Amino acid sequence: MKLSSISRKLLRIASSKRRFLNSLFSLGVVLSAILVVAPLFIILVSVAIKGGRALNLDFFLSLPKAVGESGGGIAHAIVGTLFMVGTGLLFSIPIGVASGVFLATTSNKRLSAIVRTSADCLAGVPSIVTGLFVYALLVVPFKRFSGFAGAVALSIIMLPTITRTTEEVVRMVPHDLFESAIALGAKRWQAVFRVVLPTASRGILAGFIGAASRAMGETAPLMFTAFGSHFLNLNPFEPVSAIPLVIFNYAISPYEDWQQKAWAASLVLTFLVLGGIIVSRRLVYGRFG
Amino acid sequence: MSRRRFSSDSVFFSYLTLSGASIVAILAGIAVVIGLQSRENINRTGIIEFITGTTWDPVTGIFGALPAIYGTVLTSFVAIIIAVPLGFGSAIFISEFAPPKMGAVFSVFIDLLASIPSVVYGLFGLFTFAPFMREHVQPLLQGAFGNLPLFQGPPLGVGFLTAGIVLSIMILPIITSVSREVLKAVPTPEREAGIALGLTRFELVRGVLFPSSRSGLFGATILALGRALGETMAVTMVIGNRYEISSSLFAPGHTLSAVIANEFTEAGTPQYLSALAGLALILMGITLLVNVIARILVLRITGATR
Amino acid sequence: MGGLDSKMVLDENGSWSDRIMKASFTGDLEDHPKLAKGFDVKMRIERLTAGYGKRNAITDISLPIIKNRVTAIIGPSGCGKSTFLRCLNRMHEVLPEAFVSGRVTLDDVDIYGEDIDPTDLRRRVGMVFQKPNPFPTMSIRNNCLAGFLLTSKKVRYPEEVVERTLRKVGLWDEVKDMLDRPGTYLSGGQQQRLCIARALAVEPEVLLMDEPCSALDPIATARIEELIHELCSSVTIVIVTHNMQQAARVSHFTAFLYMGRLIEYGDTPTIFTRPKESLTEEYITGRFG
Repeated sequence: MKLSSISRKLLRIASSKRRFLNSLFSLGVVLSAILVVAPLFIILVSVAIKGGRALNLDFFLSLPKAVGESGGGIAHAIVGTLFMVGTGLLFSIPIGVASGVFLATTSNKRLSAIVRTSADCLAGVPSIVTGLFVYALLVVPFKRFSGFAGAVALSIIMLPTITRTTEEVVRMVPHDLFESAIALGAKRWQAVFRVVLPTASRGILAGFIGAASRAMGETAPLMFTAFGSHFLNLNPFEPVSAIPLVIFNYAISPYEDWQQKAWAASLVLTFLVLGGIIVSRRLVYGRFG
Repeated sequence: MSRRRFSSDSVFFSYLTLSGASIVAILAGIAVVIGLQSRENINRTGIIEFITGTTWDPVTGIFGALPAIYGTVLTSFVAIIIAVPLGFGSAIFISEFAPPKMGAVFSVFIDLLASIPSVVYGLFGLFTFAPFMREHVQPLLQGAFGNLPLFQGPPLGVGFLTAGIVLSIMILPIITSVSREVLKAVPTPEREAGIALGLTRFELVRGVLFPSSRSGLFGATILALGRALGETMAVTMVIGNRYEISSSLFAPGHTLSAVIANEFTEAGTPQYLSALAGLALILMGITLLVNVIARILVLRITGATR
Repeated sequence: MGGLDSKMVLDENGSWSDRIMKASFTGDLEDHPKLAKGFDVKMRIERLTAGYGKRNAITDISLPIIKNRVTAIIGPSGCGKSTFLRCLNRMHEVLPEAFVSGRVTLDDVDIYGEDIDPTDLRRRVGMVFQKPNPFPTMSIRNNCLAGFLLTSKKVRYPEEVVERTLRKVGLWDEVKDMLDRPGTYLSGGQQQRLCIARALAVEPEVLLMDEPCSALDPIATARIEELIHELCSSVTIVIVTHNMQQAARVSHFTAFLYMGRLIEYGDTPTIFTRPKESLTEEYITGRFG
């Protein structure tokens, strides 16, 4: 064919130059791939090594000692993080899943466009701004920092993610399953609750776990709401500590012992967050990756 | 047949609609509350003076946001310059070079990179990366390009450049994954036409894939920019906390979010707090604008919402 | 001529009373072994018009559905057959921007009356869809009972219902040892029979079937056709099909729809051998559609 003989000629004439450019390009591409992935390993390895040094059972189970004394742990922060993320989920799941179902099933195009855009915008609001918002609403009027305010801040941060993942998953449920339920005499809410949501349950669950994992790593919003504390506090209306807060405070402190602990806490936090993300991916894709 | 009107369905759908509406309400609420909070300071200083002022003096109550805005924009800009070529390159790697399994594994690594908490990046930046910059990279740059105003000043390790680099690592995943989606959206016939013409991979990318995905890639950049602008913790820990505009990348500086994070606990007077709220308002405005633009661009290309 | 209660009578020309019917009935009743001179009308459709937004999908259709017989609705794609079917169990109105006008009666009661509850109607008029769609999160047993489970209605002897309906569709022997397996575990033909069992479990009086065999292989199709023969003595069946041979095999009465209008209605043998309208004849002989 004429076309292929022309291109073969082109290839022969310019082949060395074209091949050179192609090789250069390929090199550049592979290099950038390496440069992108390298930090992941560098950071993880650093955290593992530096954090591992200070890690022991005590670290998980005991409370901080006074400044200057060695030993002690971050049990208060672990409890605080789990409490605030868990409570945050209690708020964001009912609203987020319902909004996701709304977006996937409503025929009101205008309203759904507004809601969807709002969810996207809310996802783009820097978490520190969200923290300031909750501060103004829940800390200032009561004149105290609280774990509860921290939980609310986290729930606002998790809300857009849960909404969007729920919407995507519910959309994927075949419409005729819903119709079959209606044809059997089910009301729409029964069809949604008993057929559509169970069918989509895996994806929705993955959505919460993913959102919760990311929320666990949030620091800035907690600074203005939960504030942090050196004590284990089971009262949600008092300041509460969290792992990322501990990392930040210890890292910028002048005490080497605390800096060590910051690394160890980072190891724990990274492990929890990455673990959560991996679990959520597993639920969606059925296998690792 | 029973002849009653049922309303359990309408209760259910009201609940759904209300939930959706509450998201809108929360977003609006944030804007309104932050706006109200910053009003006190604005009343005292005036909007223009606030945005263009360069002093930040809690004692006299004079607050100017410009150095913070400068820092935010500069660090994000540095991050974009570094991350965009690397991000595109990796996206091309996944889509054109790597065998499917490797590409999948690679994508997982990218996702993990995106999941590392910001404060851990900050810790790493502060204790590992900044010293590295101070002892190796900055002297090297100064040795090679010392005459440029960009690289003046003592190598401190922290500063705009370091913050920019750390930020770039953090936004790489967004650029890579969105670019990957955009590349995937190039229609197969176009791609095959290029291959059939005997183009090398480089020529295929340059001549077929890149032109086809240009606006989507641009959208990816803007999206990443939005993320970079709002990033707080990592930047706070490596920016140097100096409230000054400087032309050198080695200089320490400040960003909108870093100021808020650092000084919040010290904000004694209502006006101080109001000034911080003003910074938050500016930050929110910038990121919202950038995000909306980005979503419009990416939506048009991939046909899906992300 | 009179007699417009639940019996319809032919006048001396062999035509239905004009007030109800637009199309005329063709055929010689005495020769026909399957029909009798007067028989019960289960559903009556009068001047039914339905569509979406501004577009009509069906216009001005009037015909009877004879009790305990099989009525086939045939016509080329897009002629409104599915829309027509969905108006009989009020599924059409579930779609956005759908409208319906006209009268559809079930045992002389207008199903579109103001005080009629659509979900109740759908228990009396059941539906089977084109693509077999057992609920994936339910076992075979629960799929049979779905009509009760989804609507929170108590069922007295569930095991008995399951066995009875599965026997009716000829699935019992095949699945009796795996009732707890998910509904999607079965082959396509089995799944469709399961869906029919599911629809039958709530003991509907009318069963609407929307191209129930089009996704199945010939053997599965034959089994379902056999099933239809057995069922129609206890359930009134309306079947939409694009397969004319199937309509000829399975139905007692046939309605031919074209571009949303009823062209001809009559007893099946006559429609297929001596149709009155030329359009009908063209379709039957395969000249279009």
